[in-house]
Amino acid sequence: MNVLEIINGIPHPVALLDRQFRLSSMNSKLEALTGHAAEKVKGIGVEHVLRFNFGIGEIQAGLAKGASFAKEGDVIDAGRKRIPIRLTTSPLKGKNDRLDGIMMVLEDISLLHELDRKVLRRGAPDALIGHSAKMEEIYELLPVLACTDATVLITGETGTGKDLLAEAVHKASKRADHPFIKVNSGAIPEALLESELFGHKRGAFTGAHSDKPGMFRLAQGGTIFLTEIGDLPLQLQVKLLTVLDDREFYPLGSSKKVSVDVRVITGTHRDLKQLVREGTFREDLYFRLNVLRAHLPPLRERGNDVLLLLDHFLKQIEENSGRSGMSFTEAALARLAGYHYPGNVRELRNIVEYAASMCKNSRIDLRHLPPYVLSQEEETYPDRPVQPPSISPDARRPLSNGEPPPSSLVDSASSWTEIEKKKILAALLRNNGSRSLAARELGWGRSTLWRKIKQYEIE
Amino acid sequence: MEKILLTLSDRMIAPRFDLATEVLIVSTKNGAAVDSQKSMLLPGPSADDLCGLVMKEDIAVLICGGIEEEHYQFLTWKKVRVFDRVIGEDEDVLAEFLRGTLQPGAIVENRKGSGADSHG
Repeated sequence: MNVLEIINGIPHPVALLDRQFRLSSMNSKLEALTGHAAEKVKGIGVEHVLRFNFGIGEIQAGLAKGASFAKEGDVIDAGRKRIPIRLTTSPLKGKNDRLDGIMMVLEDISLLHELDRKVLRRGAPDALIGHSAKMEEIYELLPVLACTDATVLITGETGTGKDLLAEAVHKASKRADHPFIKVNSGAIPEALLESELFGHKRGAFTGAHSDKPGMFRLAQGGTIFLTEIGDLPLQLQVKLLTVLDDREFYPLGSSKKVSVDVRVITGTHRDLKQLVREGTFREDLYFRLNVLRAHLPPLRERGNDVLLLLDHFLKQIEENSGRSGMSFTEAALARLAGYHYPGNVRELRNIVEYAASMCKNSRIDLRHLPPYVLSQEEETYPDRPVQPPSISPDARRPLSNGEPPPSSLVDSASSWTEIEKKKILAALLRNNGSRSLAARELGWGRSTLWRKIKQYEIE
Repeated sequence: MEKILLTLSDRMIAPRFDLATEVLIVSTKNGAAVDSQKSMLLPGPSADDLCGLVMKEDIAVLICGGIEEEHYQFLTWKKVRVFDRVIGEDEDVLAEFLRGTLQPGAIVENRKGSGADSHG
């Protein structure tokens, strides 16, 4: 099989070049794209034939690192159409690692671009949303974080969007064309975490049947986001510190060092300084990670962003479920605006999803909200009046002093039961014991109410 | 008198019209270049600005590399003859044009070399 047959078998336009970046061959797909026959353009500089929008110097610089090099841009085809492409340039090496030639593969990414535009129009699900002053600070910080290779520590309560910020930093950085890999240090058992992060050699331990590259190697050229870094075992903290300092490590069971070019971003909801004081987190690693820092504000400190997010997630649900014209009643909106969201944006999204599922028509009312949202006012802040959102955005920040909310009231199963039990009792009392009227008020079927009365032994 | 504009990059026809930052304007009379030649460095790449320059200089013929349909249509609507996707050195391309044999998509080889030219 000759080279031309091989490159004609590749489902993308392909060019083969000599060391001076002159065309030596191209496949039929590239001939169709450029409108030139391969034999006519032999020996001509590739930039004159492919007509991409970057200089050959950029590609040469990328190739100088010795590995494949990918770059997004566009070309103008024979039909005078500008086509977005991803150009992957690979060195073709012969004996003694000598550069014999270069292969260029052009991937048409028009569809991806079109998809991106559609996603943006629909409101990107992975975008950071909010116009509050605290979020504006984050947006201002983003380019600063993106333009360097320094480690970033992202702090913030659970559900504030640390993952999204890390990904946004990656996407805005020069590493955007390379992988973004997220590892939850707290979710992987300690025994597996080292292998997961740094890989292992076949036979390194029982069950290691083959070599594993590990997340650091998979993220080569890109960014690795280590979330819940506060949960990283001490032993691995030392190894991470070495990787950050030397950019190389030994995979488990291997005597061969592996070099990596990976940017590290870490995230945590814990107070790392406190962990350092307690001796569970290495001080030197803390300083190494804390080069650049971004703190994501809790939702209760983000003012009007609550309304923005409610609207955003409702629209997203509408689009995904094919429903339309959904909205909140004023009472529901006031209650949602007054809620303190201990689980932050994640919790808000879940509440909207719950309410939309419970609501069979298009107006989401109080009765469609999760019971713990309704009960919170009386249980937690009995004296606080419910403020309509349009009157005072600040009024829905009951915990703006920064104190954590009394999560026991909403988190534990026992208090949930209590809340629901009280709610049922109150509804029965208001309706003079009528189960059908109480069920209607609660937004349940009679059988549901009957089942819950049985369950809670309400007689 | 007819004016020809060539978009250039290091004496070669610039691979793309929208990225060209250098132009050569040649005046011709009765199928031959007259002495007046004007080489211009543009402040930056811009297809719109180049179209403006073509209009301002009253150019009759544009010789360039890849050009987008929108600009091509605009220029041809303005009665400019466009020879696009041309590959070759400025002198050779101009000579080919003056001989009346230049075509869009031409790969003009160095006349001092093989002496042959071809059309892709």
